[in-house]
Amino acid sequence: MHKRPLTRRLSEGLVPAVPFLWLCLLFLVPFLIVLKISLSDPAIAQPPYRPVFDWSDIAGFFSQLNLENYELLVGDDLYLRALLSSVRIAAVSTLLLLLVGFPIAYAMARAPERYRSLLVALVILPFWTSFLIRIYAWIAILKPDGFLNQVLMGAGLISEPLGILNTETAVFIGIVYAYLPFMVLPLYATLEKMDDTLLEAALDLGSTPWRSFWTITVPLAMPGILAGSLLCFIPAVGEFVIPDLLGGSETLMIGRQLWSEFFSNRDWPLASSVAIVLLIILVVPIVIYRDAEARRVENVR
Amino acid sequence: MTRRLSPFNVTALVLGFAFLYLPILLLVVYSFNASRLVTVWGGFSTRWYGMLFRNEALMEAAWVTFRIALLTASVATILGTLAALALTRYGRFPGLTLFTGMVYAPMVMPEVITGLSLLLFFVAIGLDRGFWTITLAHTTLTMCFVTVVVQARLVTFDRSLEEAAMDLGAPPLRTFFAVTLPLIAPSIVAGFLLAFTLSLDDLVIASFNTGPGATTLPIRIYSAVRLGLSPEVNAASTILIGIVTLGVIAATLLSKRSVIRSRRNAH
Repeated sequence: MHKRPLTRRLSEGLVPAVPFLWLCLLFLVPFLIVLKISLSDPAIAQPPYRPVFDWSDIAGFFSQLNLENYELLVGDDLYLRALLSSVRIAAVSTLLLLLVGFPIAYAMARAPERYRSLLVALVILPFWTSFLIRIYAWIAILKPDGFLNQVLMGAGLISEPLGILNTETAVFIGIVYAYLPFMVLPLYATLEKMDDTLLEAALDLGSTPWRSFWTITVPLAMPGILAGSLLCFIPAVGEFVIPDLLGGSETLMIGRQLWSEFFSNRDWPLASSVAIVLLIILVVPIVIYRDAEARRVENVR
Repeated sequence: MTRRLSPFNVTALVLGFAFLYLPILLLVVYSFNASRLVTVWGGFSTRWYGMLFRNEALMEAAWVTFRIALLTASVATILGTLAALALTRYGRFPGLTLFTGMVYAPMVMPEVITGLSLLLFFVAIGLDRGFWTITLAHTTLTMCFVTVVVQARLVTFDRSLEEAAMDLGAPPLRTFFAVTLPLIAPSIVAGFLLAFTLSLDDLVIASFNTGPGATTLPIRIYSAVRLGLSPEVNAASTILIGIVTLGVIAATLLSKRSVIRSRRNAH
């Protein structure tokens, strides 16, 4: 019993080893390759970069690396503007998501208990339907002759159709719509656990509802606010589909830039360096998110 | 204290759910529109559904997408469950920090980065792009979601059941199949469905890793949408939404029944 047979120890070791090796091979190694290619020259060839994997020549390997692509990124203010604009659009969208998502999550947490699981299911359901389809649905709404303008003009509120499609406003609407479940669910999870008697005590002691909201509800909901915001902000920075379908040609976003470097210009090394820069920007929020998640799991335990 | 919803809370819920559901509802309604113009009502018709089923390229894409999603979800469920067990039942082991990092990062990482890096990896090892590269890429992404779903169940359930089985002399593998697996089965099913849907739905990662003969449904829909609105896309979307809605309702009913049954057994 105490001397476990070798075969069993081996099979127990396989449980962590198989997924670990899979992720190393298909998640970690690809990043090292991106890093590598971002440092190489573009070439008109298939694949369109000069391969720098020549194992026989270690010294040559290092001499071939160059920062040309990064110099190009810094030198051309298109990329800098695209990066800044992505971070700005993602930050504004995250703020809007908090404003829209908090009242919904709060109302869900206050709802009678027997309805709560239904409400949660209703928030999750749109997430199961295709992301692409949900964004497509908004094109028909926001078009100059779309549903929104038909309704507003029919009601006599506006005389000229609003040009929302192909603007940054449409991108904000799209991101808020697509990411709303990711904001509402973490908020709901923390708000649902909140102890009501705290609010009652504050009211009894003469605090205004507004003041008790800011001094009790918001601090207690902080883990949910943090998780929801990161869950929305990080992917939104690199968003491609939403700015491509709803945004105009002047809506600069780095994910779109990477896509066009790759698919239109076929400049793989430059696309790789765009990916690396994007990753560097997102490393800090990703690490915060991972720690917050690991802590949450730890707390449940 | 009986809770009553304040008018403010009711408004928040009504507006919130209207915002979530109206766009989808409009899309479904206008898939039955007789007019080719997607935003002008021209009477009821199912002609776009007929055209859809005669569209061979679209049918072919749907079949490829389904096969990729099925294979992806199957492999991702196994890998994700193993990873969840490793994260919850093995204590601290060397590489744990790296492991959790690799599980959580792909879920929030912008898809353009994941897609590009996997493509460059496949090119570097000389694997031809197509069905298999998309499947490998999707499996890597979705196994992380399965891990998180199964892990959430593993950390909350009663460890004493496993310990009791071990004390009674059951070997670890037998304990796993007789005790642990039945208890975490609902979360494994949920993880499988999640992986399946994510794979079915993915445009960005599939676009980077696709090759000849492996055009998936989202890639087809995306190229149609770029050319403008089309009632056929509405019809295809409605079918997808219908399938997903039925699936979610079925899953909810099933899990409700199993909850009731397990409660009954407990008494």
